[in-house]
Amino acid sequence: MNTPADERSVVLANVSRRRFLQGASALGGLVLAVGVPSTLRAADPPKYGADGMPNGWVDDPLAFVAIGEDGTVTIVCHRSEMGQGVRTSMPMIVADELEADWKRVRVRQATGDEKRYGNQDTDGSRSTRHFFDPMRRCGAAARTMLEGAAAARWKVPVSEVEAKNHEVVHRPTGRRAGYGSLARAAASQPVPSRETLRLKDPAQFRYIGKGELKLVDGQDIVTGKAQYGIDTRLDGMLYAVVARPPVYGGRMGSYDAAETLKVPGVVQVVRIESSPPPAEFNPLGGAAVVARNTWAAIQGRNALKIVWDDGPNASYDSTAFKATLEDAARKPGKVVRNDGDFDAGVAGAARRLEAEYYVPHLAHASMEPPAATVRIAQGKCEVWGCFQSPQATRDRVAKRLGMSAADVTVHVTLLGGGFGRKSKPDFAVEAAVVSKAMDGKPVKVTWTREDDLHHTYFHTVSVEHLEAGVDGQGKPVAWLHRSVAPTIFSTFVEGAKQEAALELGMGVINVPFAIPNVRIENPEATAHTRIGWFRSVSNIPHAFAVQSFVAELAAAAGRDPKDFLLEVIGPARQVSPLALGDTWNHGESPERYPVDTGRLRQVVETAAREAGWGKTLPKGRGLGIAAHYSFVSYVAAVVEVAVDDKGELTIPRVDVAVDCGASVNPERVRAQMQGACVMGVSVATLGEITFKGGRAEQDNFHAYEVTRMSGAPREIHVHVIPGDFSKPLGGVGEPGVPPIPPALCNAIFAATGKRIRRLPIRDQLKV
Amino acid sequence: MIPLDINGRRHNVDLPGDTPLLWTLRDQVGLTGTKFGCGMALCGACTVHVDGQAVRSCITPISSVASRKITTIEGIGADRVGKAVQAAWVDMGVPQCGYCQTGQIMSATALLKRQGKPTDAEIDEAMSGNICRCGTYVRIRAAIKQAALQQGGTR
Repeated sequence: MNTPADERSVVLANVSRRRFLQGASALGGLVLAVGVPSTLRAADPPKYGADGMPNGWVDDPLAFVAIGEDGTVTIVCHRSEMGQGVRTSMPMIVADELEADWKRVRVRQATGDEKRYGNQDTDGSRSTRHFFDPMRRCGAAARTMLEGAAAARWKVPVSEVEAKNHEVVHRPTGRRAGYGSLARAAASQPVPSRETLRLKDPAQFRYIGKGELKLVDGQDIVTGKAQYGIDTRLDGMLYAVVARPPVYGGRMGSYDAAETLKVPGVVQVVRIESSPPPAEFNPLGGAAVVARNTWAAIQGRNALKIVWDDGPNASYDSTAFKATLEDAARKPGKVVRNDGDFDAGVAGAARRLEAEYYVPHLAHASMEPPAATVRIAQGKCEVWGCFQSPQATRDRVAKRLGMSAADVTVHVTLLGGGFGRKSKPDFAVEAAVVSKAMDGKPVKVTWTREDDLHHTYFHTVSVEHLEAGVDGQGKPVAWLHRSVAPTIFSTFVEGAKQEAALELGMGVINVPFAIPNVRIENPEATAHTRIGWFRSVSNIPHAFAVQSFVAELAAAAGRDPKDFLLEVIGPARQVSPLALGDTWNHGESPERYPVDTGRLRQVVETAAREAGWGKTLPKGRGLGIAAHYSFVSYVAAVVEVAVDDKGELTIPRVDVAVDCGASVNPERVRAQMQGACVMGVSVATLGEITFKGGRAEQDNFHAYEVTRMSGAPREIHVHVIPGDFSKPLGGVGEPGVPPIPPALCNAIFAATGKRIRRLPIRDQLKV
Repeated sequence: MIPLDINGRRHNVDLPGDTPLLWTLRDQVGLTGTKFGCGMALCGACTVHVDGQAVRSCITPISSVASRKITTIEGIGADRVGKAVQAAWVDMGVPQCGYCQTGQIMSATALLKRQGKPTDAEIDEAMSGNICRCGTYVRIRAAIKQAALQQGGTR
């Protein structure tokens, strides 16, 4: 054990962002042995939604709303903006209930302070579904305080006044007072109790559900004024890049900086101590080159001579590891769901089919690589950067510096993409270590693209083995899915080899098919690199396998894939995730958020109808369909492909149907679905990180290709299923990704008869 | 000292001549709208104009652009086409994270300045050097067409 038990328990509390409680039960005694905070013991009743997140939610208007005497309303956004539109959508919720005029609203980004703002960990597609209600209450409370101030000023009953579009009106007399003139008096009004708040009837929403507001940062973005983590500039700031151990678990042996120090602009070389696995959010260690500008730091790093001690993962090789995973997938593993009797089902079946699917490691490759700046002065530390989890950043920096978190301030910039990478604040800790070594001077650590692709927290690599027994009509009566993949938990708990509840609950065990005999197994897999979460996480390999296999069964039965998929989903019904063995359910209550096959059917039918499913297509063209439930939302996609006689693939059109409950900002829901579609295409056609000698082999975008305009779908049509604000909301940022790779490969099968079981597609279609 | 003409202003820069224009703009001059994405001219995030041509500033040594007319995202709004492209981007809600969009706008503006009525193929050709990891390509294409229309060009 290399870290004290108390640090371990902090580590685990942090994992709870992805619902530790159920994850712990999946890992059993292993986790308990390293100390679980008493509040997280399995005996406690589970908490769901925002209640189940560290530091929960806050709905105090004094924390989120400020009104100036000029009438300017400032609304705090406490979640990180990384392209999902949260800095527009979240304040918009407050402004609507507040009856604020959006033109007079300013948005201020919160520092990392979960005690003040509630949970700030911006991942898991949770911002809107967890904070819609608290933000509404913030706005309604502030509105009530303004109304109270106006009534007091006019000495009239508060029941006679009403806030409307940035002013309070006395209904009987028509007297009006602007928010600015009431601001001071309103601030001394008591904050109304939650129970007395009068929330708007959704029919009265001005902004919510309309999708008519422009992005608050739009103008700054297109003029180059927007500030990302990499853009931080402070007086006297130094610039650093870090040479990190190329193999996970390796460390820096000796190094020679003589040539580095000759590079004009280089100031110093600072050693960063390695932390042995599990990596958690610790820096990987190595040597930081500190310089007067980024280019000098990069040149200085190129001149470093380092002898690395690679450690036990030096033999990690993707080709060999694929065979290792395949071996594991062909033998029985830990049974994680068992309905009926698969063996008996298959024995009585008319036919048995099986297939295996492979999805490699992926790197997030956000266009802005990780970057953080730290300054330490007079016992205080300030941090600036692109952080998905500002509180975790604050805690980790404080711990590494031996400071109290109260003395660390984390300023959250815009994020130039996040996709899960920037949830891990290792890069901020690096900057803190280097700043401290430079006597607290401000230091910005910038990751180059090579750093990002070599040292990210990689999406896992997986083999999914599926078997089915089908009846005389080709309908499955028995279903076996063995999922084998190194777990995210290996990054937090030494030796974790089994997928955790949160991974299994991403489309392996919680598949709500109408099949009587189901067995899901999870054989062990060992991680040899840092595994982390990547937009939509394990849903990617799981949905690829499940939705491809259903299409394979349809083809074997000679059935239409859409009709067959609907038949396998079965009739509309609500299935408890618990009945499927899913104790996680994306952290949401199984009662509030059952798996609703009616909603799944509806997105399938909508996507198919809108795409013109069944239409006659020319030779070389085909339609494919897939649907997936994730982040408590339902998404189906129909992809149309064209494959020419050289095997060149183009995608003329994609239709996406999404049911995320009611849409707070339907314009951004469409944007997220469009973006997720392109990312899904990228995963399916190009994305792959391979390892050799323990090292990630791809250096930059020539080797780790991502989808460009020429390879993107020509048209993406998003069909948002209308929702009802009285019902629970679903996630939006991630659930658009998983259906795309299988829908695309199913379309390729329809167009060419070729079945893709290994991603990425790359040149598999070439003739 | 290397003289650089950036957005109509003269800057004398005391850096080695092989320093890329990207890092000079960002770290020395303080114009951070030009973004780093790859350092190898693979992603287009660093696109600026030199004498009206789109170039990747991450592989452009400052010695090669001394006294030439450099325009960055901070200056492109002074250009009629650049301003129209920026307006179309905002109007159509193109940006998601927005990080790559300054480079996208510089590439799109260069395209529209030489070809006022681009076809889909010409748009693809001009824009495929610019990566958007958020996947905003369908809106980028639509915004370029809207800006072209607004400039009087359609096809």
